[in-house]
Amino acid sequence: MDFNDTPEEAKFRAEARSWLEKNAKRLDSGEQVESVTLTRSRPETIKEAKAWQAQKADAGWACITWPKEYGGRGATPIQKVIWDQEEKKYRTPPTIFTIGQGMLGPTIMVHGNDEQKDRYLKPMLRGDEIWCQLFSEPGAGSDLAGLRTSAVRDGDDWVINGQKIWTSGAHYCDFGMIVTRTDPGARKHEGITYFIIDMRSPGVDIRPIKQINGATNFSEVFFSDVRVPDRNRVGAVNEGWKGAITTLMNERSALGGGSGGLPELDDLLGLVKQVEWNGQPALADPSVRQQLARLYIRFKGLEYARYRTLTALSRGVTPGPESSIGKLVGAALRQEMATFAMSILGASGALIDADVAAMGGAWTQSYLSTPGMRIAGGTDEILRNIVAERVLRLPPDVRQDKDVPFKDIPTGR
Amino acid sequence: MNFDFSEDQKLLQKTVNEHLRDHAPLTVARQVLESEARYSESLWQGAAEMGWLGAAVPEALGGSGFGYLELALIAYEIGAALTPIPFSSSVYLATEAVMLGGTAGQKQRLLPALASGQLIGTFALMERPGRFATDGAATEFVNGRLTGTKVPVCDGDIANVAIVVARREGDVAVVVADLNQPGVTRRALDSVDPSRGLAQVHFEDAKAELLGDGLGWGFVENLLDRAAVLMAFEQLGGAERALEMTRNFCMGRYAFGRPVASFQAIKHRLADIYVEIELARSNAYYGAWALSMNSDKLPAAAAGARASASDAFELAATEMIQLHGGVGFTWEFDCHLFYRRAKHLALALGTSNEWRDRLVKAIAA
Repeated sequence: MDFNDTPEEAKFRAEARSWLEKNAKRLDSGEQVESVTLTRSRPETIKEAKAWQAQKADAGWACITWPKEYGGRGATPIQKVIWDQEEKKYRTPPTIFTIGQGMLGPTIMVHGNDEQKDRYLKPMLRGDEIWCQLFSEPGAGSDLAGLRTSAVRDGDDWVINGQKIWTSGAHYCDFGMIVTRTDPGARKHEGITYFIIDMRSPGVDIRPIKQINGATNFSEVFFSDVRVPDRNRVGAVNEGWKGAITTLMNERSALGGGSGGLPELDDLLGLVKQVEWNGQPALADPSVRQQLARLYIRFKGLEYARYRTLTALSRGVTPGPESSIGKLVGAALRQEMATFAMSILGASGALIDADVAAMGGAWTQSYLSTPGMRIAGGTDEILRNIVAERVLRLPPDVRQDKDVPFKDIPTGR
Repeated sequence: MNFDFSEDQKLLQKTVNEHLRDHAPLTVARQVLESEARYSESLWQGAAEMGWLGAAVPEALGGSGFGYLELALIAYEIGAALTPIPFSSSVYLATEAVMLGGTAGQKQRLLPALASGQLIGTFALMERPGRFATDGAATEFVNGRLTGTKVPVCDGDIANVAIVVARREGDVAVVVADLNQPGVTRRALDSVDPSRGLAQVHFEDAKAELLGDGLGWGFVENLLDRAAVLMAFEQLGGAERALEMTRNFCMGRYAFGRPVASFQAIKHRLADIYVEIELARSNAYYGAWALSMNSDKLPAAAAGARASASDAFELAATEMIQLHGGVGFTWEFDCHLFYRRAKHLALALGTSNEWRDRLVKAIAA
């Protein structure tokens, strides 16, 4: 057991580092990265992110796991991890391309036709065009296949009507991939078709959603008679669910891991040493020690579980089931850490004021941001189902709507 | 990144697993639990013959010279089979103490006998209810003689030799005492898990000698850290077995026309247990790394591994009864073997609360 790179990994790391050293500025030790959740939709951030992506693309450091024919370098998953570790040490703009490059690009590679691959993949890789994922609807969240946005064939086009929601970055994206209902008479998973859609098409109405943390990362997107040419269809008519699954499978590897600029365990340790309770560091209090240790053990447990995943990747084998618990544990843990930090601060824990609040209000911001992490990209409840069914091989939930024509499935309000 | 056991180590684990599968079904733990026997002598012999008792002892001293990563995996399998033998007392504590602190003479005398199973060793620390007494408590060591009462001492009634934490001129002293001598009286005590016995050991002017040339509380802490990592693997093994058996029971048990394992209330509970076990496993791996590398991270790594594993095994065993329903509460079903063992192991080497406190001490330093 050790935590060292293999010789090949070390060589790759040195290569990555040497390019980054020449092209970006290293973060000072202890320098905080701005919270991605709060900054990524600013126009100047988008401009910087595009410039950095193009710079990487020109040097062959963009989407490194993509095959060479699409502009990547055919890197292995462990090389991608190494690249991310190194890039994180430099002052770079937040990435706003993950949904396209990590999820939709790989879907197009599998299910798209040659024309689509030629047209879309290179600009996606270079960051010239930004992509969003039009999946969830007001009535179809965890039950995605319950989606109702319809697409009806009209000559060489399809006409789309309906509403999507929780679309990250919709307001600055150029293209989206949308799952639609094309046969309401078929069973729910069998009447779905997948399209690429130009977000500037007439009839697309994007309305940003303001979240409880004050940020606006998602939108509602309304479609009124939006025309999409049939050549934008990805995969066969009524077989879009397969493509959607490919996208969702890539979601797990694309997201996860990063904390998005939230305060870390070391910040928590610093806080309990620094804040005084009755003239003593809060750390001296037995209840604080117990709670701190509990959080520490979970935080480190996840970190070491990631090392196990990386070990599998490094050995070139598929990671074991331990990789499935990251988001389930991590999201709730971040929320508990924020709650604990605020309780250490007492009445001051309520402050967000950048000048007065501890860590510029980062803990309180985290308290307001973390509830979303437990919902986005698979709720805690769905993730428990996934662990139960895929890891423990327990039976799937009973589904009353599975063998019924979609139009006959009962709906609530 | 190489944060996993090697293929050779996993192969060794497989042989341990197979041996215990053939020789240590849960009926063996039950026999010890239900009878006057205090451990399974045949399993102890088997463990000795397979080289497990001396896994970390150098070959020159009668051991098999594997190492701590191998010992951790053996401990895991010992735990998974609820093996009723004094493995933790003799291997993680007594043998470790001698290897770590003994003089050359003590090593020569004790290690071959401990590794061959001829001697059963134990570690006597506690004297009264509550937490570890860092002052060595009341048992006195004066002029080569030991007087005082240690309770509870794990396997104290079947062990031949004990490493005793005592007091000498006001300081902590660690001594070695032969338990088969006139000055020692012992009594087997009824306890939560009779398949792993506890005893009261009374020393009355008993002969003893210092371990090494005088070791203090720092040595005891280091010994506890090392044992905690190995104990964590034993607990992890038990936890996984409990989850597996509970999962299988819920798959076969039908209610309302379908397996109870298909209800979300059950699925999510099992998923939560799985998550706690995975976190415990990851912490235990880190502990094994720190132990095998003699890292200065050991105190934090051991505390994290131990608290995480104690809680995971207790959760798995407690929920095992709950998810079995009424039959889980019967003597006949094996759930209580796990419920008992989980509690025994959680208390045997300091509670989760104590280890969490030690963890904070280690990380805040």
